[in-house]
Amino acid sequence: MVKFEIHNLNIWFGSVHAIKQVNMEIQSNEILSVIGPASSGKTTFLRALNRLNDLNTNYKMTGALELEREDICAVDIEVLRRKIGMVFALPLPLPLSVFDNVAYGARMHGERNKRLLGQRVEDALRQAYLWEEVKDRLNESAFKLSGGQQQRLCIARTLAVGPEVMLFDEPCSGLDPISTAKVEDAMLKLKEKYTIVLVTNNVKQAARVADRTAFFLTGELIEIDKTDKIFTAPKDRRTDGYIRGKFG
Amino acid sequence: MKRNSYRTQMIAFFFLFLAMLLIVVPVGLIIVIIVQKGLPAINWQFLSDIPRQGMRAGGIFPAIVGTVYLVMGAIIFALPIGLLAAIYLSEYSKDNMLTRLIRLAIVNLAGVPSVVYGLFGLALFVVFFKFGASILSGSLTLGIMILPIIITTSREALESVPYSFREVSLSLGASKWQTIRHIVLPNAIPGILTGTILGLGRAAGETAPILFTVAAFYLPQLPSSIFDQAMALPYHLYIISTQVPNVDAKVRYGTAFVLLTLVLFMNLVAVIIRYKFRKKKKW
Repeated sequence: MVKFEIHNLNIWFGSVHAIKQVNMEIQSNEILSVIGPASSGKTTFLRALNRLNDLNTNYKMTGALELEREDICAVDIEVLRRKIGMVFALPLPLPLSVFDNVAYGARMHGERNKRLLGQRVEDALRQAYLWEEVKDRLNESAFKLSGGQQQRLCIARTLAVGPEVMLFDEPCSGLDPISTAKVEDAMLKLKEKYTIVLVTNNVKQAARVADRTAFFLTGELIEIDKTDKIFTAPKDRRTDGYIRGKFG
Repeated sequence: MKRNSYRTQMIAFFFLFLAMLLIVVPVGLIIVIIVQKGLPAINWQFLSDIPRQGMRAGGIFPAIVGTVYLVMGAIIFALPIGLLAAIYLSEYSKDNMLTRLIRLAIVNLAGVPSVVYGLFGLALFVVFFKFGASILSGSLTLGIMILPIIITTSREALESVPYSFREVSLSLGASKWQTIRHIVLPNAIPGILTGTILGLGRAAGETAPILFTVAAFYLPQLPSSIFDQAMALPYHLYIISTQVPNVDAKVRYGTAFVLLTLVLFMNLVAVIIRYKFRKKKKW
């Protein structure tokens, strides 16, 4: 089933043309990885999906972005962001306790029942493989957790809102290999329930976890295909060059 | 050559040290002199009695009460308005000609001499709004005077909350106001408090704004409503120093001591809050 449909997407920041004429689809329950060198528009593309680019005052977009056939610009922005969660490049816990971090989204959406909140926090932490490590530290400041734990906390925090799509923006760029493996395990498990878009600078990570891979270069979508195809028989010379490490 | 550069360095150090000394010495001297001459005047009667014998004896209680009322009134007026304006400027306003003009106006407002505020208060509150010379007029005038301090420090406090926290909160589906209310404000409160207290200290010490709008030469009883005149410490000090002959130096320095203690105490509270906040800061 098609989750996202993107038609003729163009994005400008002021006079900078950041995304050029992108057409693609994102399927339900797949991990789509987006690779490409720096300033190729990967993150801009990702932030267009939950309209976080809107915060930028000189941001301009044309084309259509549809979530399940509904124009995302026509939906209430808070409702849209509840459906489309995001995990940022650096672990960014809010200056709250572990529990309050995970409960934050649900609370903002009006959940007051303590028992339900507690259940939701536990479920989310279990899904992010963090529960066993933090179940006795729920009232500690989230900043006391290690970097890898903080990033999984951020995943749990996004899950607790109950999204349909998860956007990962280079989620492992600040993590050691073991923490990275844990986050990747979590992602593989999560795709059973969620649609995942993963922006990554790490080509090997894309090869490990993604069902399909999209290659961006200077704002253009060069190629999108099944991950093994992209890595074994890319159609475009530039894709081949990038994954072989000739540039980027 | 080497010796020469060493000598230049020593000369530079000497002047830098001298400049530092020039700052510290006057502050130290003021405190030492005021404490030395004022402390002997301080006793329970001085703090709790009304002025007697044409203000040459008795206490300064009405002036202390007046100053406390004025400062409280100023803050009740200035804190909500200043904070709301700061939230607007830091979180909502776009960067355009208008907001740049507003910011410029606030900076300039901070530079207006206090006597001009006094005259403004006289024209607006005392005469135009017919509040008369009263605690209300004085508080409002002081409030306007400290508004720029409160707006500027609050804005800095709000803007020092990392932008990423806002993005995270919004990405979780919180509204803009929820983000401000639950993430930005709680983390800015210590900075806002610090600015508020600094504003309080300034309001407590100013003479010119209250001269036209509230301060009484001598009142035998305490004010009973916000439409009464009141005595205030800075003005009282001015009167007993220049307008009343043969006032004992002890009384003058005692009054100065009380005023100085009040203001320094407020600044100390501000410093403590800031220090505690820095230690607690988690990012």
